[in-house]
Amino acid sequence: MSIWEYANPKKFMGWTTPVLPYAFGLAALCLIVGLVWGFFFTPDDYRQGSTVKIIYLHVPAALMAINAWIMMLVASLIWVVRRHHVSALAARAAAPVGLTITLIALFTGAIWGQPMWGTYWAWDPRLTSFLILFLFYLGYIALWEAIEDPDTAADLTSVLCMVGSIFAILSRYAVNFWNQGLHQGASLSLDKEENVSDVFWQPLVICIAGFVLLFVGLVLLRTRTEIRARRIRALEARARRA
Amino acid sequence: MIALLLRDLRLAVRAGGGFGLGLAFFLIVVVLVPLGVGPQTELLSRIAPGILWVASLLAALLSLDRIFALDFEDGSLGLLATSPLPLEGAALAKALAHWITTGLPLTLAAPALGFLLSLAPEAYKYLLLSLLLGTPALSMIGTFGAALTVGLRRGGLLLSLLVLPLYVPTLIFGAEAVRRGADGLDPTGALILLGMITAGCFAVLPFATAATLRINLR
Repeated sequence: MSIWEYANPKKFMGWTTPVLPYAFGLAALCLIVGLVWGFFFTPDDYRQGSTVKIIYLHVPAALMAINAWIMMLVASLIWVVRRHHVSALAARAAAPVGLTITLIALFTGAIWGQPMWGTYWAWDPRLTSFLILFLFYLGYIALWEAIEDPDTAADLTSVLCMVGSIFAILSRYAVNFWNQGLHQGASLSLDKEENVSDVFWQPLVICIAGFVLLFVGLVLLRTRTEIRARRIRALEARARRA
Repeated sequence: MIALLLRDLRLAVRAGGGFGLGLAFFLIVVVLVPLGVGPQTELLSRIAPGILWVASLLAALLSLDRIFALDFEDGSLGLLATSPLPLEGAALAKALAHWITTGLPLTLAAPALGFLLSLAPEAYKYLLLSLLLGTPALSMIGTFGAALTVGLRRGGLLLSLLVLPLYVPTLIFGAEAVRRGADGLDPTGALILLGMITAGCFAVLPFATAATLRINLR
């Protein structure tokens, strides 16, 4: 019994059926608790006023936008190395979710930026690299859509995802080199003693957990849809041959 | 590999006029920008490095879908794949041929177009140097993109969507080197990073390109 057995499509459908309601239920719980706590039961920041509260959407979204790409990269690597179809389909399923989350991060940032920086958009390194990440998602999804044969599409998109990851990292540092930042440093990092003050920190962590669970739930759900769509195609092909 | 390179060069020069097209496109973009933003000299000279770099990027993009499409259609790509030359070598030769037919002429023409945009005089040598260092990377990345979309009938638009985000680091370092040169700052850092990107692209992407071609030829 190894972990790879769960990648068998039948097994995958089996274990995700009971897991899905928990993922969505916990995600809803975390998001409701975190957002209500964050929006209504935390004090206003002394400088930013109530606009600080957008942190509960912006930071988790930005975090997951990057993590979604990393998840796609891992799934692509697994597909290239071990040829598990579920893995390729999971990468495909995650892309639109990642794209949406990137958009959420960009939009919430713009809404926050207007009162704080006096502008919706600035060519700041972080903002720019998110825009580039958005373009990478677009290209990745477009390539999936363009190729008919699913195995070829899976192969080509995995290569694109790997090469794209290298260039995404390069772009991140290139953009740093290109312009000085307006954006503040990381809100949460593991190597710092103190990040944001505890009042904001606790609901923020709950919101992040909620976003992670929501992402997992959505990806599992979409992967199940992809598997079913693939089965239907196989059945149709068989029916046409018969 | 040299034979393949020469064959591609001959095809590019003789058939279809693809050779001058990129150059003409480069010229037109550079002419159109002042018409769009107005003829003020100081404005033009400030944005000249960016315009020249973006225009050469677009001009390089224009001829990318030719790299593999014709060979794929008439089957010579399949022959290349079965020839004793590794497909990685073929990818490298294709990228080099693309660079010689587009990147090199663009580099040589760029200073002339710099005059049109009243580029600062001290920036010319950095413009030449940065394009010389950067355009090979554009060709190599583009070859990879062309390999990704070779099996598609209308891959042109998709190709630009895939390739342009990959051009971001090259563009940033290239244009930054010229801008720093124009401002009298030291552009060495940007040039070194640009050279690193080009070297890295040539080290890694032939393998990715060959892998992609093998998938598409399956």
